[in-house]
Amino acid sequence: MLRVEHVSFEYVSSDPAGFSLRDVNVNVPRGSLTGLLGPNGCGKTTLLKLLSGVVHPQHGSIVLDGRPLTSYSRREVARRVAVVPQETHPTFDYTALEIVLMGRHPHLRPFQLEGPDDLAVAWDALLATGTGHLADRSYMTLSGGEKQRVVIASALAQAAEVLLLDEPTASLDLGYQLEIASLLSSLNLDRGSTVVLATHDLNLAASLCDHLVLMHAGRVLAYGAPADVLTPAAVQQLYNVEADIRFHEQAGHLTVTPVKRSR
Amino acid sequence: MSAPDSVQSAAATPVINAARPIRTRLMLTVAVYGTLALATCVLTPLVGSTPISLARAFDRSIPLADNVDAQIFFIARMPRVLSGALVGAALASAGVVFQAILRNPLASPFTLGVSAGASLGAMVVIIFGASLTFGPLSPVPLASLAGAAVAAAMVYRLATLKDHAMSTSVLLLAGVTLNAFFSAVITFVQYLADFTRVARALRWLMGDLDVGSFAPIVAALPLVVVAFVIFAFLPSSLNLLSLGSGSAATRGVDVARAHRLAFLSASLATAGAVSLAGPIGFVGIVVPHLVRLMVGVDHRIVLPASALFGAAFLVACDLVARIVLAPIEVPVGIITALIGGPFFLWLLVRKG
Repeated sequence: MLRVEHVSFEYVSSDPAGFSLRDVNVNVPRGSLTGLLGPNGCGKTTLLKLLSGVVHPQHGSIVLDGRPLTSYSRREVARRVAVVPQETHPTFDYTALEIVLMGRHPHLRPFQLEGPDDLAVAWDALLATGTGHLADRSYMTLSGGEKQRVVIASALAQAAEVLLLDEPTASLDLGYQLEIASLLSSLNLDRGSTVVLATHDLNLAASLCDHLVLMHAGRVLAYGAPADVLTPAAVQQLYNVEADIRFHEQAGHLTVTPVKRSR
Repeated sequence: MSAPDSVQSAAATPVINAARPIRTRLMLTVAVYGTLALATCVLTPLVGSTPISLARAFDRSIPLADNVDAQIFFIARMPRVLSGALVGAALASAGVVFQAILRNPLASPFTLGVSAGASLGAMVVIIFGASLTFGPLSPVPLASLAGAAVAAAMVYRLATLKDHAMSTSVLLLAGVTLNAFFSAVITFVQYLADFTRVARALRWLMGDLDVGSFAPIVAALPLVVVAFVIFAFLPSSLNLLSLGSGSAATRGVDVARAHRLAFLSASLATAGAVSLAGPIGFVGIVVPHLVRLMVGVDHRIVLPASALFGAAFLVACDLVARIVLAPIEVPVGIITALIGGPFFLWLLVRKG
């Protein structure tokens, strides 16, 4: 449903944080759970920005449901693709429910206020992320895991089929990491959401994703099922790390244990 | 687990808080703050050196020429009250908009130096005189707008350096620098001018609502009206921009367009206010903060509430300015600075 075709991208300004992509081809099938892996600066976040249409590629195109992403308006894209950033820091003291209701923005006309239907969608999203009890709480006073779940609820309220997440578990402790992982997995299974997440957590990716995209220096090194692409050689190439990768019977997925830094 | 039940129980909370449906909150806000602003505007003209009666002022059976109370109410005191309401509403709303797009609650036309830019523009016209008009715009508002636009463009440039979010240190430094720069140029302009004009200009620089007639209000009105028309389109974008420009973009906001409209409208409002009454400080800081304490932070509520409360606030401050040392009338800018200066420091300490 979301295809990246021969995409090259370079930030126009000499922004030191801007990473370029070269001839990237990725296919995100409908209902899949795709993980983007790669070292810092490999272009994961840039690819997510391209997929969400916040920036446009200089060469190639992103195709959503058969149409290039550039042919959609900002609001049309937002109704189809929702994004969960690594962290969200509102300037003002919004309640969790207010944050979630902001997800309804692309569905409202100018001057239209959200009505009972929008509230119902927002509550559905709060309940789906287990944050219903936090609705009236100030977002700023929530814990890291609660904040991330509220932002995911806000993305769900967008009622978009595609959910893009940028390192959603990066700042969370182990318990919250597993919580977010099982939430994403259930969204994917129960709601049929197409999920793309960028992550540094190889074990999370191995446990959660049915497709992995391995990126290095703005290029795609490998693309496929975790069992096929998540190999010691790939980890070596991506991170310069020797790793022990084996199937964990109890966990039911591949586990990656870093052994040592090469060279 | 039943969503509608939770919605209803939340809606039973008896204040204008986030749990009520937005429509109800908006109507309550406009009703409550509208009444407050209207009451302030009608009641404050009754107070003054000559006591007058509201009933007699509005008694249509007496011809205006014979009705002294009506003359004092409408001709002597109403221009001052109306300009207070207009300036208060404009500055408070501009404060809300600057705070949202710069993602910093300490931003305001005054603290950013946009008021100072507008002052310089107006000052040049007041001192040297000019007869350039542009459509319905007379020279002073036009020059104010030019000054505000230059200052706002500098702020915009500084803000775009880092994802449109302005850290408190950059904001304060930018404000101090722009204020110092424009003050220096204002002083230079005064240095070149003759003594009587400088005396008038100095009084104007203190921030004064004693506009004398309806003419200056009419002159400033186009800027403020255009600003408020643009403001009407902004609130939901401002909410989303408060989460960051990335979050706003992925929820369907055209971020670049929203930023341009926000800077343009806030500059127009500031220029209109300053051209009418001089650089009255801190209204854009104090009012939005008080309003947020009362109605929450949703800009669809905060913006109209701040406009109405800003009007009431400045008219009330002006009442204090008129009676505190009566028969001397203190410029209202001194009153707002006495309230706003400590308030700003308190916010800064609390934020740090």
